[in-house]
Formats: sequence, structure tokens, C-alpha cells
Amino acid sequence: MSIDRPSGDVVLSVRDLEVSFATRRGRADVVRGLDYDLRRGETLALVGESGSGKSVSTMALTKLIPIPPGRVTGTAMLDGQDLIAMSERDLLAVRGRRIGFVFQDPMTSLNPVHPIGRQLTEGMRHHLGISESDARDRAVDLLRKVGIPAAEKRLDDYPHQFSGGMRQRVVIAIGLSCDPQVLIADEATTALDVTTQAQIIELVNQLQDELGMAVIWITHDLGVVAGIADRVMVMYAGEIVEEADVDELFADPRHPYTVGLLKSLPVLGAFDRDELAAIPGLPPAPTDLPAGCAFHPRCAYRDDERCVSERPPLREVGGDAGSGHRIRSFYEVAEDDRRAAATAGIAAPEHREEDAS
Amino acid sequence: MARYVALRIGQSLLALLGVSIIVFALMHLVPGDPVRSALGTRFTPELYAALVERAGLDRPILVQYFDWLGRAVTGDLGVSFRTGQPVALALGQRVGPTALLAFGALIVGLLIALPAGIVSAVKQGKAPDYAANTFSQIGVSLPDFWFGILLILVFARMLGWLPPGGYASFADDPAAALRYLLLPAVTAGVVTGAILTRFVRSSMLEALNAEHVRLARAKGLPWRYVLRHHVLRNAWIPIITVTGLQLGTLLGGIIVVEIVFSWPGIGRLALDAVQTRDYPVLQGAVLLVAAVFLLLNLLVDLVYARLDPRIRVGAST
Ligand SMILES: Nc1ncnc2c1ncn2[C@@H]1O[C@H](COP(=O)(O)OP(=O)(O)OP(=O)(O)O)[C@@H](O)[C@H]1O
Ligand code: SF4
Ligand SMILES: [Mg+2]
Repeated sequence: MSIDRPSGDVVLSVRDLEVSFATRRGRADVVRGLDYDLRRGETLALVGESGSGKSVSTMALTKLIPIPPGRVTGTAMLDGQDLIAMSERDLLAVRGRRIGFVFQDPMTSLNPVHPIGRQLTEGMRHHLGISESDARDRAVDLLRKVGIPAAEKRLDDYPHQFSGGMRQRVVIAIGLSCDPQVLIADEATTALDVTTQAQIIELVNQLQDELGMAVIWITHDLGVVAGIADRVMVMYAGEIVEEADVDELFADPRHPYTVGLLKSLPVLGAFDRDELAAIPGLPPAPTDLPAGCAFHPRCAYRDDERCVSERPPLREVGGDAGSGHRIRSFYEVAEDDRRAAATAGIAAPEHREEDAS
Repeated sequence: MARYVALRIGQSLLALLGVSIIVFALMHLVPGDPVRSALGTRFTPELYAALVERAGLDRPILVQYFDWLGRAVTGDLGVSFRTGQPVALALGQRVGPTALLAFGALIVGLLIALPAGIVSAVKQGKAPDYAANTFSQIGVSLPDFWFGILLILVFARMLGWLPPGGYASFADDPAAALRYLLLPAVTAGVVTGAILTRFVRSSMLEALNAEHVRLARAKGLPWRYVLRHHVLRNAWIPIITVTGLQLGTLLGGIIVVEIVFSWPGIGRLALDAVQTRDYPVLQGAVLLVAAVFLLLNLLVDLVYARLDPRIRVGAST
């Protein structure tokens, strides 16, 4: 459970986060014991297949999931305050103020009946208690910052008057509007075309340098991860199965699932259900998780004892102690397989070179 | 927007022209001689000839149509076969009561549907939702005439609180007018309310589940604010549309209600016209109802356009 790294600059510290939903088919264990620290200025990528619990685990931090049927336990310390224990009232002061959000679909995450200026200012007015005209001035600054041309003329335009990429810039401006310590971007570029995607990623990188906030970047796309993240957490069936610095993860993956993901990469540079040729089978339903290691039905490395009966712990692996490279598996992938996956991973992501700049 | 308005008005006029053709054809499609059958036992050759001449039935059909249309546009809808009274006048006397009843029924419907629909959506899957669903299920399948008679039995015959039927004008005696209005308005309003409840609920649910509501919540805005500015504000648009369209359906239901409650409206007039084969009156009534229906649709669309910036402000990118 302990993470042996300096913790002085930790902004958000999550321990044993569990989220379940009461469903008609029984209890769905969607997030099962997440532990991680997010540091100032850091970008942590959360990757995993659809349904692995990426969105729910981050939404649950400020209880943006329906409760009930949802249930959240564990702790999430933001500046010494536990978000999970907070009242709804106190959480209102966290959402949008200390934690900003950007969601996937810029076509739907803006309200079509209000001008974008209003959608930018309402949060600022609420949290910062500033006047309408001050809020509008700030909104213009923000829109400039996210690269919207002629910002002051566009405040009273409606979302449908912007292109998808421009809308996502507006959504990012909303996420940044109250200077949050943490920005959670949930598939923020998934709905955009490749060029726009690259622009948005660059924008977020640049804003992060400028503003020093920490970012949790949720994505399906390992290519995007290489371009934006400092550290990566791979999720499977509600658990972290591997966590490492981004270069280490691509160069030296250790968990059978991660290796499978990286091997499936060269096909398109992104992974979707049908591209997961390298990993046979499907992820389990959260209402019906297998005993032992949740990945065992699909794992080529499993033994037929511990893997099927005992839940593997999250443990440190790799050369340098304290590198924070962790996997949740009894076994590590063999050396030559790792190398094959690493080559595939390095060859594939399109944003890899940009990362160096 | 101006273009859109012009377009919609043009469409409505075209539709009205179509209706006029059907209404005109009505007279000529009925088997036999409409004037003869309308006169029935009052038949005399002189009266017959006078009516035929008056209705222009002895001329070529196209000439008759354009003639009729030309006069209809100026408000001359011919004379009643039965009473010899100008049709426009007969309709004019009946418009007020029907409008009053429709308005009353709509108010009753909205008083039911708005709270029931909103609460059931916000409390989805909980007791209030089930209660509202049960109500609308029953309400939708309630036959108006049966429900009207039930209300008469209970509130007029058994309890004696309200008159079983009839009409008083608001101008003469507002209190009496309200007493006469209550039962028929509730009869027509409950069914409308039941139908509208479903629409209000589904528009609300759609608005509640919209992605922008999630973002609004993620901004840390209080729930009441989100509900008002990001849910209700969006749900209004379909609700207003459907309410307007429902008014058209309501007019249909009102005909039945007028008959049950001896309400002197257009519906009653049309029914009498059918029974006595008074075709000019029937034509006039159908034309009027169709025109009102089209006008309502037009208004609904214009209000919708006004509320939805995607139509009001054309896309520029
Ligand atoms: N309100 C809910 N009730 C029941 N189950 C839910 C609810 N919300 C989410 N889940 C379940 O939680 C699981 C994780 O969902 P989540 O949205 O976090 O996945 P994800 O990793 O973000 O996937 P994607 O990549 O598709 O966005 C899914 O199996 C989903 O069905
Ligand atoms: S614990 Fe066993 S089944 Fe699970 S990933 Fe490791 S080797 Fe595979
Ligand atoms: Mg998701």
C-alpha cells in the first residue's frame, strides 16, 4: 500500500478507493482499491479498455456519480482534506474550483441554449464571487489563452457556432476557469480528429507548464499517453494493474495485460475492442468478477493455483527501487516478450516525438 | 430567422389550401343530392332551386371551387341549408365557448402535467414517479365521454355542487361561467394532462441526462441552479412544442366533451350539421378547425425557433 516516493508535493492522494453500484444483477464492483498519488504539475494518464472504471474512479472523487445506487469508500486527500468524507455542500466548493473537469464530447458538453460566455462565467461568479463584468473579462482572457480567435467578440456566440475543436477549447477554458489544482480530462480528445487532437494536447501541455496544475488524463489511446503523460496507470476491471513513468512503461512493461496492450498497438496506434487481437477474450462484468486475479481468464502467464484463487497484491518491480513501477501480478512477463512489446510500443505512438520538444 | 418565418407561413397557407380542397370536395363526394337530402321533408321545388342557386351548385365544379374559395377568403362561407343564417355568423357565435373550453382544459392539463412530469423525472424510479406513471396510464386510456358522464353523476347528480351541463358567458356572469366550465374543462383537461405528463417527464429526463448537465454539475454549481438553468431551460423547448401540438388534439376531444355537457361550441354545431346534412355549416366548421390547427402549429414553430438558438441564430461555422 505504501508508495516510497517523496510526498511533499503531492496534491491528491488516493487510498483504497472503492466504488460499487447496486444493480439488478447484484453488486457491481467497478473500482476496487485504487492507490495513487498525484503530484503538482504532473500528468498522470489513466488508460484501460472501456468499462475498466476510468471515468467512475475519477467522477467518484467528488461524488459526481449517482449515489445511491453508487457507493464510494476509501480516502482521497486533497490538500489535507478527505474528499470522500465531505458533505455535498463542501464538495460544491471543490468541483470546478479546486478540481476542474473536461469531458469527452465537445458537441454535447456545452449547453446549446446558452451563449458560451455565460457557460464560462457562471462557475467563476459562483466560486470566486466576482461581478459579471469581471467574470466576462476573465472569460475573454481564458478564451485567448486556449486559442480562440477574436475572443471578445465570441462570448455571446452559441456552441453551435463553433467547430468541434473550438468547442473543446471552450470546455477546457471552463475547466481552467477557477485555477484548479487538478484538471481531470476524461477522453478529452477522443471525439476530435487527429490534427485537432494534437493541437489540444499541445495546448494542455503548455497551459500546464504555465499554471502548474496536475492533470489526470483519461484515454483509450496509448499514442496520446506517450505525448502527454509523465506517469501512466493501466486499469483493468477496476484495479491498477501497472503503474510506471511513461518512458519506463513503454520501454519495460511488466504486467501481462500491459504487454498485451502494447503488442496490439501497431495495428492502428490506438486500441479498441476489435484491435485487442493480442489478448483473447473480453474483460469481466463488474457484477461477475473471476476469483483470484481478475485478468486470469485471459492471461497467458497464469498458473492454476494462486492466479485463480488469490488476489495478487500491487507490488514494486523494476531496476531502481523507488521508481514507482508497480504491477498487480504474481508473475512478470518474460524478458524477450517485454522487449517485443516495447519495440511495438515505441514504434507505434504518433505523438512520441513531440513529447521530447 | 425572417426567412424561416416566411417559409413556415408559406407552408401553412399551402396546407390550408389543401384542406380547402378536401372540404370543398366533401360537398360533392357525398352520394346523392346534398341539397335535396338536406331539405328532407321541407322540400319544395322553389326552396330547392333557391338553395341550389345560392350555393352555386349548377355551375362547373372548378368555377364553383374558386368562387367558393374566393368568398371563403373574405369570410363568406355561404348560408346554412337549415336556417338560412350565414355560416360565418353561426361559427362566430360558437367560437367563443369552444375557445374558452379549450383554454380551460389546457390550464387543467398543464396544472397536472407540469408538476407531475417534472417531479416524476427528478425522482425517477421512486414513489412519485410510479404515482405519476400510473396516473398518466389511466388518464391516457380514459374515454372522455365516459369520464365526463362519471363527473356529471358524481358532482352534479350525487353531490349537486356543479351544473350537469350548459353554458354562461363570462361577460354576463363570471361566477356562473366558471361553474359551468369546471366539469367540461376537467374532463378534457385530465386526458390532455395525462398525455402531457409523459412528454414533460421524457423531456425532463432527456434534459437531465444531457452531458452538459454533467459538466454543469462538475463546475460545482448548486443543484437548484443546474436544474433551473441547464435542465428546465432546455426541457421547456420540447414541452412548449408538444403543448402547442396537443392543443390541436385537444380540439378533437373537445367536440365529444361539448356534446356530453351540452356546451354550445363548434363541436356541437358540427355534430348538428352532420345530423341534419347541413353541408355549408359542416364545411365552415371543418375549415375553421383546420385553420386554427395550422395556426397553432405555426405559432408553436415560431416560439420554438425563438427559444432555440440553433434555429434563431444560424450556424456560422
Ligand atoms: N450508474 C451506474 N450504475 C451501474 N454501473 C455503472 C454506473 N456507472 C458506471 N457503471 C459501470 O462501471 C463500469 C466502469 O465504467 P466507466 O465509465 O468508469 O468505464 P471507463 O473505463 O470510463 O470506460 P470508457 O472507456 O468506455 O469510458 C462499467 O462497467 C459501467 O457499466
Ligand atoms: S496474477 Fe497470474 S493471472 Fe493475473 S496477470 Fe499475473 S500471471 Fe496473469
Ligand atoms: Mg469513461
